[in-house]
Amino acid sequence: MIPELGHFALILALFLALSLTLLPALGVFRRSTLLMHSARPLAAGMMVMLSSAFALLAYAFLHNDFSVAIVAAQSNSELPWFYQFSAVWGGHEGSLLLWVWILSLWALAVALFSRQLPLDMVARVLAVMGAIAVGFLLFMLLTSNPFGRALPNPPLEGADLNPLLQDPGMVIHPPMLYMGYVGFSVAFAFAIAALWSGRLDVTWARWSRPWSIVAWLFLTIGITLGSWWAYSVLGWGGWWFWDPVENASFMPWLVGTALIHSLAVTDKRGVFKSWTVLLAIFAFSLSLLGTFLVRSGVLTSVHAFAADPTRGIFILAFLGIVIGSSLTLYALRAPTVLGSADYSWLSREVFLLLNNVLLLVAALSVLCGTLFPLVVDALGLGKYSVGPPYFNAVFVPLMAVLLAFLGVGPASVWKRSRGGELWRRLLPALIASVTVGLLLPVAYGGQFHAGVALTVCLATWVVLSSLVDLRGKLRNASSWRSGLGRLTPAYYGMLLAHIGLALSVAGVGLTSVYTEERDLRVAPGQQVELAGYGFLFAGTEPLRGPNYVAERGVVQVTRNGRPVAELHPEKRRYNARRDQVMTEAAIDAGFGRDIYVALGEPLGEGAWALRLHYKPFVRWIWLGGLLMAAGGALAAADKRYRLGRRRAQAAVAVVA
Amino acid sequence: MQRLKLFIPLLIFVILAAFFFVVQKRIGSGDYDPQNMPSALLDKPMPAFELPDLLTGDPVTGALLHGKVALVNVWATWCPSCHYEHPYLVSLAQQGVSILGVDYKDEPEKARQWLREKGNPYAAVVDDRAGNLGLDLGVTGAPETYLIDSRGVVRLRYQGPLDERVWTETVQPLLDRIRSEGPGA
Repeated sequence: MIPELGHFALILALFLALSLTLLPALGVFRRSTLLMHSARPLAAGMMVMLSSAFALLAYAFLHNDFSVAIVAAQSNSELPWFYQFSAVWGGHEGSLLLWVWILSLWALAVALFSRQLPLDMVARVLAVMGAIAVGFLLFMLLTSNPFGRALPNPPLEGADLNPLLQDPGMVIHPPMLYMGYVGFSVAFAFAIAALWSGRLDVTWARWSRPWSIVAWLFLTIGITLGSWWAYSVLGWGGWWFWDPVENASFMPWLVGTALIHSLAVTDKRGVFKSWTVLLAIFAFSLSLLGTFLVRSGVLTSVHAFAADPTRGIFILAFLGIVIGSSLTLYALRAPTVLGSADYSWLSREVFLLLNNVLLLVAALSVLCGTLFPLVVDALGLGKYSVGPPYFNAVFVPLMAVLLAFLGVGPASVWKRSRGGELWRRLLPALIASVTVGLLLPVAYGGQFHAGVALTVCLATWVVLSSLVDLRGKLRNASSWRSGLGRLTPAYYGMLLAHIGLALSVAGVGLTSVYTEERDLRVAPGQQVELAGYGFLFAGTEPLRGPNYVAERGVVQVTRNGRPVAELHPEKRRYNARRDQVMTEAAIDAGFGRDIYVALGEPLGEGAWALRLHYKPFVRWIWLGGLLMAAGGALAAADKRYRLGRRRAQAAVAVVA
Repeated sequence: MQRLKLFIPLLIFVILAAFFFVVQKRIGSGDYDPQNMPSALLDKPMPAFELPDLLTGDPVTGALLHGKVALVNVWATWCPSCHYEHPYLVSLAQQGVSILGVDYKDEPEKARQWLREKGNPYAAVVDDRAGNLGLDLGVTGAPETYLIDSRGVVRLRYQGPLDERVWTETVQPLLDRIRSEGPGA
């Protein structure tokens, strides 16, 4: 009964989404305030229905209703409750429901926080979001119903969630990622609404800025968590594999990053409007394309989630309608005249344009790398797999150039910067970062390493030039305290995000070069050494988890005789999947280094194969990601977006 | 003129969409399977490699394959179909088929445990942790199996798990033909 109620709620949500698409749109054409006013309650109604559907599906999971097909396929009665809950989105149908539920949350957020927007814009934005929901709900109800029953003979026990997904990171990673993916639907809806109304002006950029930043920050957290999950669970000690599924989330992030920068230019200076609107369309299109690539079975991936080609054609048709119609609208309605503002080649506008171009080229090269094997294959030119060597070869130089300019961009001014002054201000930072870059590899690693020198130099450059810019901002303040107080949260957000990027880059560079690892045979009581740490293997003990049995090793880590940590790597065998043995690595995390111990196999007489990793600065990669997200949060919280209306009207008056 | 430029993104998208549509259509009608394409290496020599043996750590090169007809089987512990395929490989090995295993992008200790628990059908297993040999072979997923003749030339690529049916329908006929070509072939 409960699953049928959920199914019914989904059908009602479809009708509400249809109404949300048609009624406000009709209101806009007829200039009927009444119809336009229907947008907000309809969005709320859709959200209530989808929340009910989601809650009812979660109920089926938490109560082990194995008559529901996906519960039987993805869950198990022995699973701890939080993994039963996260098993809701452990497969195709459930993750679609999560997608569209999050879309309804975003639509409700737009309905609630759009008081300063003119009614016809609210109606347009929500109608576009409603149309997207219609597509996804139709897809779900016609091809992948999450409430489908396995009757008349339901299994007594579920097949269990893939052990790889039984990790705390996996409980929050997909919702965060989807918050980001789907969040770009708001920027997209604003872009479409602006093209539709013909009012592609500064106010549009002002409205969509906070939404885009929030979507971007969720996507940043999602990708960071995904990388951390790969590191701690996949057990290879790697943190990024250039896998199609990873690329699918990385492309919208790159374009989204370009979008939030481009929106800043359009907001502040009223230029690059067509470009910004195109980026908004691209960011959401790539989110949809990611869904298509992962779900259609066209691309195979080490993530190996279920894929079904019959669904592919539906997703493709949906993509064709959404992207095709929005690009047609763009071609017909985007302004052809360049913004009236003038700027020289040495200005902040141009630096931000460079940022956009570099990020877009990076996103396109990832797209090419992901699609190339498919295209070549379909044209019958042979079979290629494009691996990390391609991505690294293309990506690293692009990022190096991006970082080099990132130092100059914030220090430059709108319209026209004086080259001499820029040079004078940034020269100390330049000299310092080159010096640090040249010295650090020698001081830390004992010998010069060009790759380390370059990454350290660029990371230091980004941090120092940000600080130089901060000092420049404080120059005219009476005291540094009052000066710091006068700067906007958006400015601090930018500083934080840029420093976060520098941290990530430094982490990537240093950990790639200085990681040490050893595979050893150890007997109980034996001590081994790696990177100045002693590892005393005390033996193993059996352990019984909620839904698995394990062999747990005890490893005491010391440095110069002083204890550092006691680590407990495990070998787990899950009850529902006896053929799959999982390695749970034990990690002693630290700001400057991670110590990673994984249990190999028993070698008899209590001896085990032990894998030890010493990974310096690996945590900086994710710390940087979190700083970027925190920067995004600060920027989005800037109160100038909340005072939007009066200022926006003033801006219109000025531009007019 | 300016307006026409704005159609460029749409044009690119239409081309891409048409391409995907054709691919999807062909997948739907069954005459194209992105997972099952002949290798670019077909009738070309097996790529050279030098990788550590998974069990002993000693370097293994293509010389191991010289002078005999052998299978090269790409597998990994993370691949569900490999679990399905493994018992059949063991029975093939018992029939005297020589199989070189390529442990592809895998965790070596897991792979060693796998072989200990399920039996080892391989004449040798190389540890392709970085996936370089897989890249040279054009591997897109595991399992994949290649038939190499005694001159070291790739004669067949099969994507997906080997079983009795695939063996009798696809591999065995080709194997008989290669053997009938006589020694030196």
